[in-house]
Amino acid sequence: MTDVARSTEIAAADSPATVKPKTKVRSAKPMIDRYKWYEIAALYAGIAVFLFFVLAPFIEGFLVSLKPLAQLFSRPYSFIPRVWSFEAYVSMWTSVPALGLHIFNSFFISSVVTLIVIAVVVPAAYAFARFNFTGAGLLLAGFLAVNMFSGAVLLIPLFRLMRAMGLLNTYWAMIVPGAAFLIPSSIWLLRTYMLRIPRELDEAAWVDGASRLYTLRRVILPLAMPGIVVVAIMTFIGAYAQQFIFALTFNSKTEFMPLPIGLFAFFGKQEVIWNELMAASFVGILPVMIVIVFLQRYLVAGLTAGAVKQ
Amino acid sequence: MTSTRSATLFAFALLAPALIYILTIVAYPLFDTIVLSFTNASLRQEYDFVGWANYQRIFTAGNFTEVIIRTFVWTFFSVSMKMIIGMCGAVLLNAAIPGQTLFRILTMPPWIVPMAIGIYMWAWMYNGQFGMISGLLENMGLTSGPIAFLAYGHTAFWATIVTDVWIGVPMVTIYFLAAMQSIPRDLYEAAWTDGAGRFYRFRRITMPLMVPAIITMSLLSLIATFNSFDIIWILTQGGPSGSTTTMIIDTYKTAMGSRKYGEGAARAVVISIFVIIFCITYFRAVRKLQQGEAK
Repeated sequence: MTDVARSTEIAAADSPATVKPKTKVRSAKPMIDRYKWYEIAALYAGIAVFLFFVLAPFIEGFLVSLKPLAQLFSRPYSFIPRVWSFEAYVSMWTSVPALGLHIFNSFFISSVVTLIVIAVVVPAAYAFARFNFTGAGLLLAGFLAVNMFSGAVLLIPLFRLMRAMGLLNTYWAMIVPGAAFLIPSSIWLLRTYMLRIPRELDEAAWVDGASRLYTLRRVILPLAMPGIVVVAIMTFIGAYAQQFIFALTFNSKTEFMPLPIGLFAFFGKQEVIWNELMAASFVGILPVMIVIVFLQRYLVAGLTAGAVKQ
Repeated sequence: MTSTRSATLFAFALLAPALIYILTIVAYPLFDTIVLSFTNASLRQEYDFVGWANYQRIFTAGNFTEVIIRTFVWTFFSVSMKMIIGMCGAVLLNAAIPGQTLFRILTMPPWIVPMAIGIYMWAWMYNGQFGMISGLLENMGLTSGPIAFLAYGHTAFWATIVTDVWIGVPMVTIYFLAAMQSIPRDLYEAAWTDGAGRFYRFRRITMPLMVPAIITMSLLSLIATFNSFDIIWILTQGGPSGSTTTMIIDTYKTAMGSRKYGEGAARAVVISIFVIIFCITYFRAVRKLQQGEAK
């Protein structure tokens, strides 16, 4: 695949407004994209610095997971482990017995949040995309404004609400507020996607005597599927990456803790078992990371749809 | 479609689940925050209305103004660094060189990994005795002894900003990159035919056309950064001696630490007022940008 073809592919997932470069490239690269050797060197050097900043914590974290604790707490500092050891990956399961459960909880909470968000958002996005009812604009702005409030600001009343609903110390204490703050942006994203589905299709179905609900189910839903997939992935990542404050405040039961909070168990009274903490982090996030790498195209699409050129 | 009334009814039926959800979980708590801010609510079930007492207390006693200023300084530096680094990253990743796709994937981890886990890694890197940053600086001979970054006010302040920038940069980069790629290629080709160099093309084509994306992203980033909680809480819990206590941390400590719900709510209301101001700015900016596009 040439680079042009690749960028076309990303652009295609992104928006129809994007101008797709025609693949009329006969030689390997168009003249405009040719670089002098020192320009290439500068670009790679720049990318190396940039990626070092982005990835350094992960590299260091991984190397820490391979260092025995004694070496970790010794000076002078050495970046590369003097002794390589995979012991942390074995011992972490016994120092924090609930570790496997925490990894599962993280995954489980994010999945349920995603299901709720999709169930709520698909009809709402359709309503905003198709019906010009009074107050639609205001309502949409209202939803977007919700996006601007973080859970941290509303923590006190949310705590009282969770207590009143009897949800404290259950999965729901993390799922219910977690989903609420992901709904608005998902509505916005999916609405943008649905706006691109030609209105004529609805009207044709209407003329043929299909009910509104039938039109939504049989005409719009299949066509909006790619958009729904993007929204689902974005929601899952949002729910997965941001589990902290609700889990910290609304739940104190070990069996319901997601990974980020469960890892607190490695913070002992005397010292933090850093190598096991890092090992557990990597093992915990690995499955999700692998999946996400394959889905990265959708991430770009999700992040940009409706924002760049609408 | 026919009959607008049934269409409106149907639209509201479709909206109902989302509407009810948001009203219960976001709108009601927001309202409750305002009510609570006029009470002396605490862990006990019953409480009394105390008028403006909470507001009077937070603005006269203690260092609330200092916290507000600190929050804005922290946010300002974090957002501007995110924008600058994100723009550099987007330019680099936009270059048509081998490895492009791989580099784009490698940019994403800080954004998609659970935030807290990334922050634990930073917490270790900042460790004074054995951490990577202090260790490398010492090994290179730049410092004479270990530096405990999170133990001193000014270093902790910057350390939390750097971590916040690290978490924010991938999203900004990818967003800017996508905006860059939506610029019609003909423009570049025309300029190139006229003999415009790469830097000139960037300054005269890329930058002007990126302005909407930059404004949108800065405002969104401003709101997210202003509300940032996890990073500071895990790294310093607002310390040492309050030097990284932003408004969110301050509110959390008052409410969840001291269980002063009433006073905490008053602080949350002040945050909300700022958020609403940012929100209005954002909506206005977006509308202006759209009008500009329509012309």
